[in-house]
Amino acid sequence: MAALLGRLCRKLVFPGTTHGAKRLSTSACESDTVKSLNLYSAINQALHIALETDPRSYVFGEDVGFGGVFRCTTGLAERFGKNRVFNTPLCEQGIVGFGIGLAAMGNRAIVEIQFADYIYPAFDQIVNEAAKFRYRSGNQFNCGGLTIRAPYGAVGHGGHYHSQSPEAFFCHVPGIKVVIPRSPREAKGLLLSCIRDPNPVVFFEPKWLYRQAVEEVPEHDYMIPLSEAEVIKEGNDITLVGWGAQLTIMEQACLDAEKEGISCELIDLKTLLPWDKETVEASVKKTGRLLISHEAPVTGGFGAEISATILERCFLKLEAPVSRVCGLDTPFPLVFEPFYMPTKNKILDAIKSTVNY
Amino acid sequence: MATAFSPTKLTATVPLHGSQENRLLLPIRLAPPSSFLGSTRSLSIISSPRLIHANAARRSPVVGVQEVVKEKKATNSLLITKEEGLELYEDMILGRSFEDMCAQMYYRGKMFGFVHLYNGQEAVSTGFIKLLTKTDSVVSTYRDHVHALSKGVSARAVMSELFGKVTGCCRGQGGSMHMFSKEHNMLGGFAFIGEGIPVATGAAFTSKYKREVLKQNCQDVTVAFFGDGTCNNGQFYECLNMAALYKLPIIFVVENNLWAIGMSHLRATSDPEIWKKGPAFGMPGVHVDGMDVLKVREVAKEAVTRARRGDGPTLVECETYRFRGHSLADPDELRDAAEKAKYAARDPITALKKYLIENKLANEADLKSIEKKIDELVEEAVEFADASPQPGRSQLLENVFADPKGFGIGPDGRYRCEDPKFTEGTAQV
Repeated sequence: MAALLGRLCRKLVFPGTTHGAKRLSTSACESDTVKSLNLYSAINQALHIALETDPRSYVFGEDVGFGGVFRCTTGLAERFGKNRVFNTPLCEQGIVGFGIGLAAMGNRAIVEIQFADYIYPAFDQIVNEAAKFRYRSGNQFNCGGLTIRAPYGAVGHGGHYHSQSPEAFFCHVPGIKVVIPRSPREAKGLLLSCIRDPNPVVFFEPKWLYRQAVEEVPEHDYMIPLSEAEVIKEGNDITLVGWGAQLTIMEQACLDAEKEGISCELIDLKTLLPWDKETVEASVKKTGRLLISHEAPVTGGFGAEISATILERCFLKLEAPVSRVCGLDTPFPLVFEPFYMPTKNKILDAIKSTVNY
Repeated sequence: MATAFSPTKLTATVPLHGSQENRLLLPIRLAPPSSFLGSTRSLSIISSPRLIHANAARRSPVVGVQEVVKEKKATNSLLITKEEGLELYEDMILGRSFEDMCAQMYYRGKMFGFVHLYNGQEAVSTGFIKLLTKTDSVVSTYRDHVHALSKGVSARAVMSELFGKVTGCCRGQGGSMHMFSKEHNMLGGFAFIGEGIPVATGAAFTSKYKREVLKQNCQDVTVAFFGDGTCNNGQFYECLNMAALYKLPIIFVVENNLWAIGMSHLRATSDPEIWKKGPAFGMPGVHVDGMDVLKVREVAKEAVTRARRGDGPTLVECETYRFRGHSLADPDELRDAAEKAKYAARDPITALKKYLIENKLANEADLKSIEKKIDELVEEAVEFADASPQPGRSQLLENVFADPKGFGIGPDGRYRCEDPKFTEGTAQV
């Protein structure tokens, strides 16, 4: 798998680690030990900590026992026992529903859906049950202990059913939270926050970064707050908003734009629902321009929500229309993936045309 | 063993190796599963007396099938003629060589994506599909190359599809897991487990409707293939219910290879004997040795005849095994070497070869010439696929909707993606 990814990978430049930009929110103190980890190892560490700190937390899903198809759950079954880390049969609806039941009885259920593309049978349970449990029981019951983890996003050769980005569907559901990390260090902190958050959370992991992204990750237990966006890179001319693996592409586009004298401000949204409107609003009020980029198809993608909200709040400050550089409105293609994706060049073109509007 | 077809023993089994011992009675013991979750039973194929009585009391019309089978046993001792034997052999060799060539091409980088190979399970595909006509439909899973080949899709078309070329059966749009063919009524590979079963159910309804309402002479049946993991999925049960309720001409074939990626069937299923789920819904459930193409063929004949006659659906569980990993990216570390060796010894191709030679239906030279012919065919398919062009960019926006203007064609009549403004400046790909 790594060889294949290597063959098709784009060069990865990690925001925040390679060009020394100031990080506005840090997540560890300097004296702690850090280790160079990739994304799946960071998530694995987070799961180990979560299970260690709460004896009533469980990890289950398809093939998690041996470590999972992406190795995120390695070592958990051996360490915590098959009573807490177990494989389920192949039934997403059943798995999530079962997790909701566990959560409703006060446990922490960390459910793995093998690929985000397979989450749709569980969509009913998530939308109709998980999101509404606290609401319709009048706060007698809640399934806050539920965290659903799913690898999402393009991987170079995934095709229709191993590359989808379904975050927009979930962002339309009041009652759940949607979180997407951009790097190993963020993933560990965010996942621990999600697990401990008293609301059900859907946590999408960019599968392309599982092995490709490597970062220094603190070894201790730390959490990154939800619903707080981070300005990864400061700038004055245009604000770029993104999440997950797309940020690395956007960062490259920003570097190229800088060579042409355009100063870009890059924001990682981290939590899509509920999203940090204040940070984005403050940034757009400063720069006057906004560009949003995501892999999911453009129509009805989450970029539309961001665009509409910012328009309401910053209309008079905007110098140009909000630009969205996203996937095309087709099913995720197999052979045409490079053509479908919002590539660095497409983003660069959009930056230039927005700035020169 | 007693199947749900009849309360008596051993009507649907003929030993392939001519010995008295009946393979289906041998209990298969696998590693003891955990007692906390999963089944505590081992997979022994001895049905419970309670079930036999329950079946005898059922209203489902299985009597006719019993007679068919008894008659077969009385007349001839050989199950196939020479022509049929050679046809089966050729089909299985085609499946095997094709899959081996896929593996080679994948590791050479000509093929990409998620590829799932069928090595070891050829008897199921050949056993069932070679009994079907061109108008019968087949619905498969992501392990669908060999189903497509058995159904008649040319090796060239499948290989080109795998390479992502425009001459592929889906013009390069689908890839390994989505083999469709309108001409051969191959209703697809499905990447998602269980997704194909409702589709097959709908296709079966069409046949029934054509025959009973439109009064056309339609005898088409649909065969839905899926794995053991799928049998824990809701869609499967919903369709068993509907098929039995509407008495649809469909055969549900479970290719039970005991593993769903890394999850053993025994640890995932409360009652591992999948064939038992048929009678629960009012249709016969049969278990057959899926490594033996002649046994599969016998059971398939009964099931297809039943469906064509209008007697409704059948659930057939084929006990089989995949020799390779789940996909070409799977290192296949979890399965026990002893288990693999045991099934490798029951290779369906070797078994059929032995049967043909021992029963003087063919000689070594015949079989060798078939193998050579298939080798050349597969080589030629690779060359064809290599030489074929990649799809044009306009294909990206085609077929999203019925109307190509939906997304594809702009106001100037050209495909939007051909329009230079679509990707401006540096955004060329």
